[in-house]
Amino acid sequence: MIADDLMIVLPELLLAGLATILLMFGVFRGNRSTPSVLMLSVAGLAVVFAVLVLRPGAHGDAFGGLFVADGFAVFMKALVLIGSAATMIMSLRYFERKQALRFEYPILMLFATLGMLMMISAGDLMSLYLGLELQSLSLYVIAAFRRDNLRSTEAGLKYFVLGALSSGMLLYGASMIYGFAGTTSFQALAAVFAETMVAGEAPSVGLVVGLVFLIAGLAFKVSAVPFHMWTPDVYEGAPTPVTAFFATAPKIAAMALFVRVVMGPFGDFVGQWQQILVVISIASMVLGALAAINQTNIKRLMAYSSIGHVGYALVGLAAGTEAGVHGVIVYMAIYLFMNIGTFACILCMRRKDVMLEGIDDLKGLSKSNPLMALVLAIFMFSMAGIPPLAGFFGKLYVFLAAIESGLYTLAVVGVLSSVVGAFYYLRIVKLMYFDEPGESFDQPVGGEMVVILVGAGAAILLFFVFPAPLLDGAAAAAAALLAG
Amino acid sequence: MIEVAIVLLPLAGAIIAGFFGRLIGNRGAQLVTCCLLGLSAILSIVIFVDVALSGNTRVTEIFTWIDSGDLELSWAVKLDTLSAVMLLVVTVISTLIHVYSIGYMAHDKSIPRFFAYLSLFTFFMLALVTADNFVQMFFGWEGVGLASYLLIGFWYDRPSANAAAIKAFLVNRVGDVGFALGILGTFVLFGVVGFDQVFGAVSGMADTNFVFIGIEGHALTIICILLFIGAMGKSAQLGLHTWLPDAMEGPTPVSALIHAATMVTAGVFMVVRLSPMFEYAPIALQMVTYVGAATALFAATVALTQTDIKRVIAYSTCSQLGYMFFAAGVSAYSAAIFHLMTHAFFKALLFLAAGSVIHAMSDEQDMRKMGGIWRLIPVTYGVMWVGSLALAGIPPFAGFFSKDMILEAAYGAASTHGMFAFWLGVAAAFMTAFYSWRLLLMTFHGQPRADAKVMAHVHESPKVMLIPLLVLAVGAVFAGYVGYEAFVGEGRVDFWRAAVLVLPGNDAIAAGHHVPTWVKVIPLVMAVAGIGLAYVMYMLRPGLPAALVARVRPLYLFLLNKWYFDELYDAIFVRPARSLGANLWRSGDGALIDGVGPDGIAAATRSLARRASRLQTGYLYHYAFAMLVGVAGLISWYLFSQVG
Repeated sequence: MIADDLMIVLPELLLAGLATILLMFGVFRGNRSTPSVLMLSVAGLAVVFAVLVLRPGAHGDAFGGLFVADGFAVFMKALVLIGSAATMIMSLRYFERKQALRFEYPILMLFATLGMLMMISAGDLMSLYLGLELQSLSLYVIAAFRRDNLRSTEAGLKYFVLGALSSGMLLYGASMIYGFAGTTSFQALAAVFAETMVAGEAPSVGLVVGLVFLIAGLAFKVSAVPFHMWTPDVYEGAPTPVTAFFATAPKIAAMALFVRVVMGPFGDFVGQWQQILVVISIASMVLGALAAINQTNIKRLMAYSSIGHVGYALVGLAAGTEAGVHGVIVYMAIYLFMNIGTFACILCMRRKDVMLEGIDDLKGLSKSNPLMALVLAIFMFSMAGIPPLAGFFGKLYVFLAAIESGLYTLAVVGVLSSVVGAFYYLRIVKLMYFDEPGESFDQPVGGEMVVILVGAGAAILLFFVFPAPLLDGAAAAAAALLAG
Repeated sequence: MIEVAIVLLPLAGAIIAGFFGRLIGNRGAQLVTCCLLGLSAILSIVIFVDVALSGNTRVTEIFTWIDSGDLELSWAVKLDTLSAVMLLVVTVISTLIHVYSIGYMAHDKSIPRFFAYLSLFTFFMLALVTADNFVQMFFGWEGVGLASYLLIGFWYDRPSANAAAIKAFLVNRVGDVGFALGILGTFVLFGVVGFDQVFGAVSGMADTNFVFIGIEGHALTIICILLFIGAMGKSAQLGLHTWLPDAMEGPTPVSALIHAATMVTAGVFMVVRLSPMFEYAPIALQMVTYVGAATALFAATVALTQTDIKRVIAYSTCSQLGYMFFAAGVSAYSAAIFHLMTHAFFKALLFLAAGSVIHAMSDEQDMRKMGGIWRLIPVTYGVMWVGSLALAGIPPFAGFFSKDMILEAAYGAASTHGMFAFWLGVAAAFMTAFYSWRLLLMTFHGQPRADAKVMAHVHESPKVMLIPLLVLAVGAVFAGYVGYEAFVGEGRVDFWRAAVLVLPGNDAIAAGHHVPTWVKVIPLVMAVAGIGLAYVMYMLRPGLPAALVARVRPLYLFLLNKWYFDELYDAIFVRPARSLGANLWRSGDGALIDGVGPDGIAAATRSLARRASRLQTGYLYHYAFAMLVGVAGLISWYLFSQVG
């Protein structure tokens, strides 16, 4: 019995063990060992990835339904692992140059990743909170990782305080749900709600209020409006590799959790939460598009960009259908690659070993570094949603799902705000290609950056040629979620 | 297939000179266009002999153009006497003008372009005259309009040339609307657009009515009036004539081409070509007569006072076209084409001679600054005499035969509009002679009024310009005499065959041959009187014109300002249109569409963006507050919308 459970949670077990061992290793060897700890962490993530993907049969519930392993979880975990590993690789040289190498950094990222995997597989409000807090606590620390830097510590503190607030809301919501439904297990909740639906009764007000609080807590994690306020400040203040990490893996994990909660136990109450999600989604898309226009710092711009992207992903979720979930999964996967690539570019923005964050620093990049300009242009066009790049298809699927569900207003607002949003993405392209160049950035950027840039760029550029792996995988994942 | 070659050779010349002008150079462009057009002219002679003299009328289909539902038509070359005459006139005159242009445009910067346009112009005119259906005719018609626009505005760096080109194009559009409506009306009535099919069905439709803009009327009359409006535009008849004098802004060979061979004759040609329709629309014919006669007189009066040598000739064209139209109006179609042919020779001659004068006078066009140069440019002077004699209608020059025939036919028609046209025509003949000699005397005789530098530079034109002049002079002398018998004399039935239709009882030419003697003599008397008066006023008593002007100043100004047509149109059409446009531009486009549309949305987006980024204060408690407000808002909204 317990052996079966352990087999199901094998990837998480491996990751937890690895993190602990590397922590000991680091403690004994000191900061000198950071590069090796980091490389070992990446290798460990690769192993976990392999274990995760190569055991398709190991699905099922573990520990009495606290932990769920299904196709959806596997797919989202794979994305999270890719995001974690890529951002980890990108951060090595950054910290070397800043002489801020600390072996705790990769360890904390590993623990955060572990938290994310737990979130994705949460089958109970308790395990949901467990995973969420493991992730959040690690992220609070690494946001403030450059503790001698004022902005970094400010970012960490802000994130911590607001995160605590959101956790409080989430817990409050969870407690209300428990109070009105009498259980915290998703399966049991689903059964209770199904009974209510069969009986033709409306869900009790307290239950829905609890759901709203729960959604508020989750919306904070995906940084959807109006729970987004931390995002620009933290993105700007945190060290750039940390920002890259924030923008990728946790977003995917939080979105996966979001999907699992509202589609799983609350799936029968689509009518109840759909409107809330529509409001959040519209607000996120519009604010993400508008507020980014005035930004001069590219990390802040990426913060608003991610707010906007979360809005688009929520369009798919708001549809509340399998097609919608499929759209969300596709969207988040494409979002992951676009963001990894873009942040890799941002990490390459340095002149005489000084990191640059101004959008204007990109002026004339096409002349000083044509390859990087080309790749960044691909990412920008993709984020703007211009065919035939991947970003276009991401938007296409969520909007299609919304239209099929009759959410025309949502789709129209989404399309309009993506038009507005295209402005600031295209402005970057314009700066790179049509403005007079400043000094060129430092060369070379490093082999691992080139690999990441080219890989992410190729994935975005060639998606429309080989869409099947992602689309089929996402379809299977969506089907698995709704079947379970 | 030589008829196809005649039409397409000028097009080939235009394409070669236009697109490969840089490659073949100025000389190459001149050579190619002149040779191809010359070849076309030689083939036209062959065709003329074959078709007009031997009677091999035919239609050669090139390919199907449109085959859609009921509409079916082909590109074709229709050859009968009418189109053979037109082919001959157009290609011969155009060839001479091409050759003349080699000398006249020798110092221009873009010679290949000029020759390409000239050839293109000729091609469109040939496509027009050989059309066997309305749509192909319309193609040629519009193409001629396009080419005239290009040529009038050839010196595109001159604002006046651009204005004139636009004016010509726009005024022609007004007429073209009429023409297009006429074609559509024909299609509605007959269901076909081929000439032969339509003409075959005309007699059956003679009593049909239909409704046009809410008015029920005689179908053929309405259609013919609409078609005639098109002809008025192209042939610069009263009301739509204002573009023609301004078209002088183009190079002089262009004026010659427009006035003699192409463009303005298209309207006359069209009315004659459609004679089977006009014959069944007597009211339309009356309108043609009245408009033609009025134009003949009006333009002659304006020509009396103009001082620009080319403008005088331009108004004389306008006036002569009036003659052609009222000839057509009294069913003397063959007389109209006869005059068209003779006029083509002497008008081309006059224009090219005027060009030679302008060339000699260092680009001076004002006759008040000429004078006393006849000994310096004797050949030009000589051919100018020939042209003027022909224009004035002095025997045995070409204009005598054709103009007398027209006036006799007008009298012979024995109708109100015929008599109206006859008397106006006689008066115009007097004025024609007067202004022709005024032009001759002011330009060549008297004391030199140009400054010494210009006078020292006066020189005869090169041979390449003189030879076309001499050829045209021969035409201006003999064309009338040679053509009389066949065109309007006893041989006319055999000559024209089915090309024109005159209903029994409408044959004004036959009647014109049997008018009283005084009718036959009066045009000549008028011409001699006009010449005499001009001689008195400009040679014997040079002070007389000024004294006369002082006595009848308002009348003089009225004529000098061309009856204030331009001013009238400016006030009625141009200025309201401009102010409407300016208003729509400022308030409609600028304020409304741009202001609310692109600019407004952009400004709104920017201001929203500013506000959105101002939300981000950086204060932790603001953020926390926003979250709490957010969750409170969501809950309240949910409670109000779902539960309450």
